[in-house]
Amino acid sequence: MAQKKINTPLTDEVAKDLKIGDNVLITGDIYTARDAAHKKMVELLDKGDKLPFDIKGQLIYYVGPSPARPGKVIGSAGPTTSGRMNKYAPRMLEAGSKGMIGKGEMGSGVQDALKKYTGVYFAAIGGAAALIAKSITANELVAWEELGAEAIRKYTVKDFPAIVVQDAHGGNLYQEGVKKYQKI
Amino acid sequence: MREISTKDIIKAVKDMCIDANYNLGKDVEDALRKAYEKEESPVGKATLSQILENVEISKQGEFPMCQDTGTAVLFVEMGDQVLIKDGNLFEAINEGVRQGYKEGYLRKSILADPIERKNTKDNTPAVIHLDIVKGDKLKIVCAPKGGGSENMSEVKMMKPADGVEGVKDFVIDMVKRSGSNPCPPIIVGVGIGGSFEKCAEMAKRALLRPIGSKHPNPFYADLEAELLEKVNKSGIGPQGFGGTQTALAVHIETYPCHIASFPAAVNINCHVARHKEVVL
Repeated sequence: MAQKKINTPLTDEVAKDLKIGDNVLITGDIYTARDAAHKKMVELLDKGDKLPFDIKGQLIYYVGPSPARPGKVIGSAGPTTSGRMNKYAPRMLEAGSKGMIGKGEMGSGVQDALKKYTGVYFAAIGGAAALIAKSITANELVAWEELGAEAIRKYTVKDFPAIVVQDAHGGNLYQEGVKKYQKI
Repeated sequence: MREISTKDIIKAVKDMCIDANYNLGKDVEDALRKAYEKEESPVGKATLSQILENVEISKQGEFPMCQDTGTAVLFVEMGDQVLIKDGNLFEAINEGVRQGYKEGYLRKSILADPIERKNTKDNTPAVIHLDIVKGDKLKIVCAPKGGGSENMSEVKMMKPADGVEGVKDFVIDMVKRSGSNPCPPIIVGVGIGGSFEKCAEMAKRALLRPIGSKHPNPFYADLEAELLEKVNKSGIGPQGFGGTQTALAVHIETYPCHIASFPAAVNINCHVARHKEVVL
């Protein structure tokens, strides 16, 4: 199991080098979006309009944090279930994103898009939200404040812990890892 | 009659909401440490190590263990000699939840209407189960429950002819279908018998039992052990990345049932298995 430090925005070379099971520490900016923000972004892309941030090489984090205490940049901020974004993720990769961070397996459409556009799907540990919060050093609103917890925000992260679970080579840890230990 | 003031109930519920979300129970923490020792997959071991580190960070009281601080589920046992003064029991519990989620900087995840989906902004109303028991005490268990694992739950009205094998197949199938979604390592709550709704409630109640405890009936205690072994052979492992530690425990609760019925329910809890209790 390799441990790798990576920086955002990701290049194709870095994305290609990442394999399922790799333990990574992510540094740089990442963008948050959930169901509602994705819906709006896809509407913009459909109309041929620009997205509210430059998505090239960026990672999208599926998250809905707890409230920040006074003086803190954020509350606990672990991943939410990624499967809900199956419909949207291929469009984001097509638009230039290099991947996403969430939890749980993403669908075959996403797997194909990761291969086609050289993207990577990372899992953050669900329920390790306090640990993850410690790696977030800044948090600013990017777009659609009216969406509340679902607005697009930019997190600046240092050594954000994640694991490569679906890679640009068709690898899927949720399937291959389980197969290795399955006895019934 | 013994009088208990709603002021004490509000304070107790508030404190439990906060405590449950910041301080994992010792039984769960010990079980996670054991799982770390036993896990054969390197990725699974690294995952459990992060989970244990998270438990420690949360204890410092700045960040709850998980950002999903749950639906506030409360199990109340009220002695028949208790008189609630200064107000109403359910209103007091909801006020405790309201204050706890505000003061504890916990996420408000409750929507006023399931279709309209507007947030109530204070995490109320709570889900409250009330039993009247003998005595002059008021016991309240507070169990915040996350959405990801709650979604991986089901009631099945089986046929009596399905027998114990039917229960085993149902539990294993449910765990396998849930995969990574409920944030393994999980705790599996199983209800067998009763009626449709009784069975579901038992599955939830089963999650409250301390890890390591056994069903008092040796038959069901053996079934718990057998199911745990089988679940851990599923290969799902911590977070579904593959491994030998898929569940920390399987707990079964049972109740008499109708001659024509054989209900079973599975309610899954994530590794952030939260429950605190107080006796007033």
